[in-house]
Amino acid sequence: MGQTQGAAGNETAALRNVSSNPHIRDSITTQKIMCYVILSLLPTTIYGVYHFGIQALLIVLCTVASAVLFEYLYEKLMHLPITIKDGSAALTGLLLALNLPPRFPIWAAVLGSAFSIIVVKMLFGGLGQNFMNPALGGRCFLLISFAGLMTNFSYDSFTGATYLARLKAGEMVNSYDMVIGNEMGTIGEGSVIWIVLGACILILLGVIDLRIPGSYIVSFVIFWVLFGGHGFDPYYITAQLSGGGLMLGAFFMATDYVTSPITTKGKIIYGIILGVLTGVFRVFASGAEGVSYAIIISNLLVPLIERWAPLKCFGYVKSEK
Amino acid sequence: MSQFTFSGGIHPYDGKELSKDKPVKELLPKGDLVFPLSQHIGAPAKPVVEKGDHVKVGQMIAEAGGFVSANIYSSVSGVVKSIEKHRVPVQDMVDSIIIENDGAYEEVEYPPVRPFEELTGADIVSAVKAAGVVGLGGAGFPTHVKLSPKEPDKIDYIIANCAECEPYLTSDYRRMMENPEELVGGMECILKIFPKAKGIIAIEDNKPDAIEKLQGMVSSIPNIEVYAMTTKYPQGSERHIIYACTKREINSKMLPADAGCIVDNCETLVAINRAVRQNKPLFQRIVTITGDAVNDPRNFAVRCGTSFNELIEAAGGFKMEPGKIISGGPMMGFAVFDTDVPVTKTSSAMLCLLEDQVSKTVETACINCGRCVDACPEKLIPSQLATFAEHEDYDNYNRLFGTECIECGSCTYVCPAKRQLAQAIKSMKRLAMGKARAEAAKKKAAAEKAAEEGKAAAKNDAKKGGDK
Repeated sequence: MGQTQGAAGNETAALRNVSSNPHIRDSITTQKIMCYVILSLLPTTIYGVYHFGIQALLIVLCTVASAVLFEYLYEKLMHLPITIKDGSAALTGLLLALNLPPRFPIWAAVLGSAFSIIVVKMLFGGLGQNFMNPALGGRCFLLISFAGLMTNFSYDSFTGATYLARLKAGEMVNSYDMVIGNEMGTIGEGSVIWIVLGACILILLGVIDLRIPGSYIVSFVIFWVLFGGHGFDPYYITAQLSGGGLMLGAFFMATDYVTSPITTKGKIIYGIILGVLTGVFRVFASGAEGVSYAIIISNLLVPLIERWAPLKCFGYVKSEK
Repeated sequence: MSQFTFSGGIHPYDGKELSKDKPVKELLPKGDLVFPLSQHIGAPAKPVVEKGDHVKVGQMIAEAGGFVSANIYSSVSGVVKSIEKHRVPVQDMVDSIIIENDGAYEEVEYPPVRPFEELTGADIVSAVKAAGVVGLGGAGFPTHVKLSPKEPDKIDYIIANCAECEPYLTSDYRRMMENPEELVGGMECILKIFPKAKGIIAIEDNKPDAIEKLQGMVSSIPNIEVYAMTTKYPQGSERHIIYACTKREINSKMLPADAGCIVDNCETLVAINRAVRQNKPLFQRIVTITGDAVNDPRNFAVRCGTSFNELIEAAGGFKMEPGKIISGGPMMGFAVFDTDVPVTKTSSAMLCLLEDQVSKTVETACINCGRCVDACPEKLIPSQLATFAEHEDYDNYNRLFGTECIECGSCTYVCPAKRQLAQAIKSMKRLAMGKARAEAAKKKAAAEKAAEEGKAAAKNDAKKGGDK
């Protein structure tokens, strides 16, 4: 009897879904996460466009569109599944645009996004496999290839060096301007207020948390106080934190999932390395900025951090293995 | 947030409102009853009845097949129809005793009960053993084994696991609301075995009325306390409820007794109470029939052996053909393809969902977001473990403590890339543990062989010595 019933059961098996536990899923998806990040970058993007004018808008649109297009073309040519819908290419394009000066030529921006998507991301296996932040990879490629264009932050009638460069040269700048966003700089780092607003949205949406940005900023401030040459001076600290894309880097690029460690200990070690490297570049290097390079170098250290950050499993005291 | 918690865990939709406020309904079976011989961890029970025998309610039909095993009792009166393989909720075919119900519910006379005060710890353990009580939360570990630790003096906490962290399930909640005295009674039985221990009734704080009710009941009992636990899945995991209550950590190689704890589920304590104070064996339990596909989701007091088909019918049947049916809760239950399976000692629920969330999802690339790491109550790295599992990379899997996984499924639940993390880790865990066992056996055999050779050599030497 049992056997015949078993056979009947097998017939219905085709109709019923059977799978391993768990049988429910959270509503979060990769696509949603990417959309949240793009959404929280909008305040600073809009401010950048408002502040720097129509050229900035063109740069943003062309970089985003070309990033998506390059991913599509690559996947089409390589007969891979098309993954542009996950939003990661658009995000890379947007982050790259926010890291470009407001008068940057469009053709060069498109070239940068090609490098970001094809060389840094797709050649290494696409989403999840890239070893460094694609947007920053693209930025550094442009910085090396077109140093003049990349460091020309003049727009309208304003010309000159960034506030950080002037600070380093010993000039005094208005740190209020830096916070509010009258600084010269890249499209995205114009206003710290809007970046921090976006970061708060991202934290509230549960996309990022303070483990990386917090340890980054704290360790940078400590480094600056010790070696910056001005001791504990709130004026210089505010200026350092507001300028040079540190906030954009700390909240939006250092926290890039793919290129940061996965454990809490790893994240904190990574944040400290970031803070120290940024400090070293800003204090001892010839340039005034160093966030991009600090993040890229730290990205490369992630596998080492992952490998050596001690893993403490539940139920094991330290001595046990 | 309560102080009684652990790190990690998730907050899925709990669906408890579907069934939590309806009183438990007693359900008498109509069709044949099926008693699988293996409905606990350990050796299968051995049948003590034959085809054609007449049995009564509460009569033993199979006896424990070893120390780690449990007796099985009939829940109806009737005739043994056959002993054959039948499908069980985990969808295996298991040798089962099939009894044709005569509908008379003629009950055996239970031995007279001795006053509780006169009972010794050993009496209580043997009563629990005789009644066939096993862990009714789902694991089915024979309770008398749990109650016989190697070093009884070291037990200082008895934890009643009433967390019921699994979504949709409300059977423990109904038990606490309707029979709290039996729960406390069961706790008192165990405390009698371990007089120095403290009893903790651990309830998640999403059940404030149950907490209040039990707090009122234990206020006069000095060695029992009610703890309000943080509501979080998997709060009811044995290792994590021990940690939450006592801050003691155990790993997969340890027993709760190593942390001085004994953990028993709410329903198990009720069964212990009945076994000790009424000499009544375990043949009935509360089962939740719920889900959005069921017309009248609720809890039933069911006799073991009843077909789940009868329960679904009693719950008003299906609104529409369910997309997925799960024996147990949505996080750790088994998906079933056949509902003609009996209620066993460990069946806590049948969940019928209109929509299957799993078959629709498409797996995409891991973006290393770390949500699985933050959710893992065992503090593992599920994303990396799953990758090592896919590559059958034993060394790295073991380096990252893969065999510590408790299979709670939190990682799969939170994954935005919809990877089947728990499934991969779980399958690899079986392989890795099997391999470890095989290696240990090989080592042991080699050591034995070496010892034998050594002995033989020693003998030869002795002989030689004698020759001289």
